[in-house]
Amino acid sequence: MSELTITLLRLGYLVLLWLFVASAIGVLRRDLYGTKIVDRRGRPKGPASVTPGQAAPPSPKSPAKGQQPRPAKPAKSAPTRLVVTEGPLRGTTIPLGASSVLIGRAPSCTLVLDDDYSSSRHARIFPQDGGWFVEDLGSTNGTFLGDTKVEQPTPVTPGAQVRVGQSVLELQR
Amino acid sequence: MATIQPHRVRPGRGVELALLVPALLIGLAAYALTGLGVTGELPGNVVGYGVGMAALALGLHVVLRWRAPYADPVILPVAIALNGIGLAMIYRIDLGMVARGREQDFATRQLGWTTFALLLAAGVLVVLRDHRTLRRYTYTAMVVGLLLIVLPLVPGLGVEINGARIWIRLGGFSLQPAEIGKLVLAVFFAGYLVTNRDTLALAGPKILGLQLPRIRDLGPLVLAWAVSISVLVLERDLGTSLLFFGLFVAMLYLATERTSWVVIGLGLFLGGAALAATTFGHVAARFDVWLNALDPEIYNRAPGGSGQLVGGLFGLAGGGLFGTGWGKGRPDLVPYAESDFIVASLGEEIGLTGLLAILLCYLVLAERGLRTAIGVRDGFGKLLAGGLAFVVAFQCFIVVGGITRIIPLTGLTTPFLAYGGSSLLANWIIVALLLRISDDARRPAPDLVTGPPPGTTTAPLPVRTPGSSRAGAPRREGEPEPSADPTERIAGPGGVR
Repeated sequence: MSELTITLLRLGYLVLLWLFVASAIGVLRRDLYGTKIVDRRGRPKGPASVTPGQAAPPSPKSPAKGQQPRPAKPAKSAPTRLVVTEGPLRGTTIPLGASSVLIGRAPSCTLVLDDDYSSSRHARIFPQDGGWFVEDLGSTNGTFLGDTKVEQPTPVTPGAQVRVGQSVLELQR
Repeated sequence: MATIQPHRVRPGRGVELALLVPALLIGLAAYALTGLGVTGELPGNVVGYGVGMAALALGLHVVLRWRAPYADPVILPVAIALNGIGLAMIYRIDLGMVARGREQDFATRQLGWTTFALLLAAGVLVVLRDHRTLRRYTYTAMVVGLLLIVLPLVPGLGVEINGARIWIRLGGFSLQPAEIGKLVLAVFFAGYLVTNRDTLALAGPKILGLQLPRIRDLGPLVLAWAVSISVLVLERDLGTSLLFFGLFVAMLYLATERTSWVVIGLGLFLGGAALAATTFGHVAARFDVWLNALDPEIYNRAPGGSGQLVGGLFGLAGGGLFGTGWGKGRPDLVPYAESDFIVASLGEEIGLTGLLAILLCYLVLAERGLRTAIGVRDGFGKLLAGGLAFVVAFQCFIVVGGITRIIPLTGLTTPFLAYGGSSLLANWIIVALLLRISDDARRPAPDLVTGPPPGTTTAPLPVRTPGSSRAGAPRREGEPEPSADPTERIAGPGGVR
């Protein structure tokens, strides 16, 4: 074999080795950058909706039993996101879609609170008849809208403060 | 401040299959090039070898599709590639030895071990459906692990090779029980620490910005230190001793998140090693070889000279940036070029470029293990995956560091590359366990798919994170019972945290 062939084979092997490493790292890249992070203040870059798998199924306690909640996007006044304004998760936002938002400590909740004073499934915020409602799911320490305890599904206006455990949530446009 | 949007995990079996092709090609090309480089023609059995390796790898891939469809797609190809490179280099050393008139057939035996190890890994994946089962055997693992460590000291069973007493001879095979021991002890440490980490993470005095543990909580650390130092003294092997102690300290750190354990651990080990170096002759000799390797007096010392180390360094230098090419160097001049010094042999033949690619493969493997540890939901799985990933990375550091004179040379094997059945078996079991845990970590949370509707009374498992305790205010919500449930969840699988 000629010297050239040997050199080419030698370098070709190194190229193969690095191609393999590069493709393995390429697979990892998706894992590292696959999580979409949406800026709180700016306009959401990606599709701003809760993944269907993440949305809580309608609760049996829901006032509209058996009735699918209607998408709540009638007017300009419709809130577009749920913001945590106080508590350990302060600054977290959840884009509001057509589905309800389940709040609590259980891993299956849409908003998982790291809070000893909230229940596993603490409260639910859901759209109905063009507005958003908050409902307490039988939590130990209760859910408060402003200063009043939420006993039954209560409409939430943008800017109203919903207190869950140590966290305060707010709907924003 | 931002919102994290969860993304859907793909099972990744297709990606794995696509990556297996270059991985197998790397091993096969190395084998073929070795034959070309040494004898000028392709090895006779190159087709059979290629088909065999491909069948084994694809077999494991099918087992993954069947038993762990969400397992990490990168771990298996990386391990296959490393194993293939190792086999080719062992074959190359065999050819070099034959050319010097010494009959040697390590490659065939290593191929046999590879087959056995891959079958064993497949067996682990089939039998072990849930890694949390292992937690039941926490204290069994401790006893077995300690037995495996002291096994080489048993007279008649243990054999001393080159001053280190870390082998046992069983019916013609010599094994390093410590290789299996590291695996078993990782299970023990994970099970022990997941139960006791709250005690170990308890507040202690704070000195110089370092949160120190209480004196009475130092017990387990001191015990692990004593065992590892006695391994250093009695078995005369710095590598095994460093590996065990490092594993323990790393898992302690993973469990408690307290830097003070690392500082105390490193301090203890360095102190113990320095003491051993001044007290015991054989340890001191190793340190001499490390610090003054190029000294003619030490180079020519009859037993325990630095000839092997310096030979390896010359090999690396001869390889340079791009290496001499497979089969074109003289790696066989270094003693134990196929086991302890396989990194130097590879550095000679594929150069710094190739060696860095291999080190990156280890990096990817360790990263996948740690990523698995982050992703998995139960504390035991987190610690086990983190510990196993660490042990692979740390073993690489000890071996490559020893060969490149960063730390004293030890008799540890390079994972997947070096000749040695027990090492190969242990590392393939580690890969199987990591694959099993990563399947659990990446699998979409079942309660999102088939959970009970909210509002029904089945209370979901409460989430507790260390350090979330606060004083005052209203009463606490359902604290988890102290009897740690094996299915205890540390973090939620989805949602915003």
